[in-house]
Amino acid sequence: MESRAKILQALSKKFTDHPAPLPDVKAFPPTAGDPVDKFEFILRGIGGRTVRVSSYTEIDEYIAKEYTSGARIISLVKEVAGSAITPDIDPHTFENVDLVVLQPHFGVAENGAAWITSDRMGDRALPFISQHIALVITTDSILHTMHEAYEQIGNADHPFGTFIAGPSKTADIEQSLVLGAHGPKSMTVFLLSR
Amino acid sequence: MEQKIQDHAILADKFNKDIPRVDWHDKTLWFIREKRDKAAWQIAEWEELREAASQVKNNVLDNLHDYLLEFEKQAQQNGVTVHWAANAEEHNRIVHAIIKEHGVTDIVKSKSMLTEECHLNEYLQQQGITVVDTDLGERIVQLAGEPPSHIVLPCIHWKKEEIGELFHQHLGTPKGNADPQFLTAAAREHLRQRFMTSRVAITGVNFAVAETGEVVVCTNEGNADLGVQLAEVHIACMGIEKIIPQRKHLGIFLRLLARSATGQPVTTYSSHFRKPRPGQTMHIVLVDNGRSERLQQESFRNALKCIRCGACMNTCPVYRRSGGHSYHYAIAGPIGSILAPGLDMKKHADLPFASTLCGSCSNVCPVKINIHEQLYEWRQVLVKSGHVSPVKKAGISGMAAVLSRPGIYKVSGAVGRWFMKYIPALVNNKLNPWYKQREMPAVPKQSFNEWYRQNRKQNGKQS
Ligand code: SF4
Repeated sequence: MESRAKILQALSKKFTDHPAPLPDVKAFPPTAGDPVDKFEFILRGIGGRTVRVSSYTEIDEYIAKEYTSGARIISLVKEVAGSAITPDIDPHTFENVDLVVLQPHFGVAENGAAWITSDRMGDRALPFISQHIALVITTDSILHTMHEAYEQIGNADHPFGTFIAGPSKTADIEQSLVLGAHGPKSMTVFLLSR
Repeated sequence: MEQKIQDHAILADKFNKDIPRVDWHDKTLWFIREKRDKAAWQIAEWEELREAASQVKNNVLDNLHDYLLEFEKQAQQNGVTVHWAANAEEHNRIVHAIIKEHGVTDIVKSKSMLTEECHLNEYLQQQGITVVDTDLGERIVQLAGEPPSHIVLPCIHWKKEEIGELFHQHLGTPKGNADPQFLTAAAREHLRQRFMTSRVAITGVNFAVAETGEVVVCTNEGNADLGVQLAEVHIACMGIEKIIPQRKHLGIFLRLLARSATGQPVTTYSSHFRKPRPGQTMHIVLVDNGRSERLQQESFRNALKCIRCGACMNTCPVYRRSGGHSYHYAIAGPIGSILAPGLDMKKHADLPFASTLCGSCSNVCPVKINIHEQLYEWRQVLVKSGHVSPVKKAGISGMAAVLSRPGIYKVSGAVGRWFMKYIPALVNNKLNPWYKQREMPAVPKQSFNEWYRQNRKQNGKQS
């Protein structure tokens, strides 16, 4: 604990007579246009896929078409078909999951990101270890900016939460974009309008 | 480990032996700079965001003591163990002790410039611990036995054919295959095995929120998340300046970070780690390593506002044409050049001179650090404290005289251009530290100033 005291003491010295005040976070006006269109446009630009649907049945149909019957699909969205998970299972056993279906709280139009917290992940490893990921986002939950996003999150006490914007990717080899670095190789967002 | 350090000019010379490669490096980085511009221009309030980010960070630096205590309290309430390290050595010892306690010899690590600064990998290796860097770019330079050459793009200086050869040797990919898609897939397989077997994961920290005790880690590859979620122990290492006051401030910083770094609207993953997963233990190591001392230095303290986006490197004409390794410090480019001398003035005395003082770095910096002014200030400090060679000193005092008197600046520009045109040897000589293996650029017939004056005259206005 010696270093703690030392560091804190060094920091307790007064640096200035006029410490910089904490600025208010301004509410910037959202850009014009439909946030759902924008979300779709931006997400496609960063390698995500979007599918507009008006019912959960359409989502089931789409997945059935895209994945063979042998695929291991885990769904944390009760209206969407897929196996459930048992609690306290070793996360390493998800290594062979082909698709995980999750329902984030909301999407953000300005950057194509979706906010999802651990209570909706089944296991925290799932959004990252699965070969592919699908998200169900209701169109009325899409926000304009990250400021709105944090306003919505407020002081909710989530043990873990993440913004996911598209499939995992890298451009480390000569700036060539490759989808599927370590996490999912594809991300499909079902934009559900009701 | 103590190798004689060669100075930036010598290392830059080496890099400049292969001109087509330098051109390629230059263009690649400029391309990223342009992507950053496009992303920034899409946000009407971009400048306001930069200003807000700058103000929040100023507030943090002025109140770091209180914010750190608040952060510690919150993190502890979240069930996280908080450690304090006065310097790099202590940081390394703390991390090693945690790993040892769990009886582990193989660990994974995602990108963390702090652990580069502390030389954690070397230290752990000496203790018999194998560290695998899981960011693809970092893994590439690690396999090659090099440090990263860029804080965001660690292997930006590598060509795909060379990476193909490296992977052929280390991962057994077919010889001659240099397809980025293929090589990335090979690395994915290779690193999956590490993720599946590592019980300890180290990550860096992009932002630590005092209000909630959570740490935010941003990656595109998902390597930090995969590492942490499959491990029993998560160790997050951060410099004490990574604190931000409240969660809502993330809105400002996450809007700026990826756009400034690569022109992406946001990184693929922005993960908020607040509490360890059930059965997992989580540690946060708060590292000072010279930061509290730097805070006392009025002229240099606000370099601590840096959010490590790399924009100042991508835009820097010197970085682009000298390469990251010529800076011989974990953080290259303009920001590295003002951070490094703060740690060791003697060792890094050359770095503040690796700049044209064009100011492009300060213009793109998302937290508005006055980088080029600090470079200039460092030069003065270094000259005064006797860490500078006579050649540079002559150039500098000339530059100091010029910069402090705008009248001379105008005249000397015109005179300089006359000399360049008629007696170039005088300028292209050893006394000019910027002439080396490069032809001085062709001389514009008029400077902007002259053009402007003439133009105004032609329009019948007084200059
Ligand atoms: S100094 Fe500014 S531009 Fe450079 S890396 Fe830091 S935040 Fe980015």
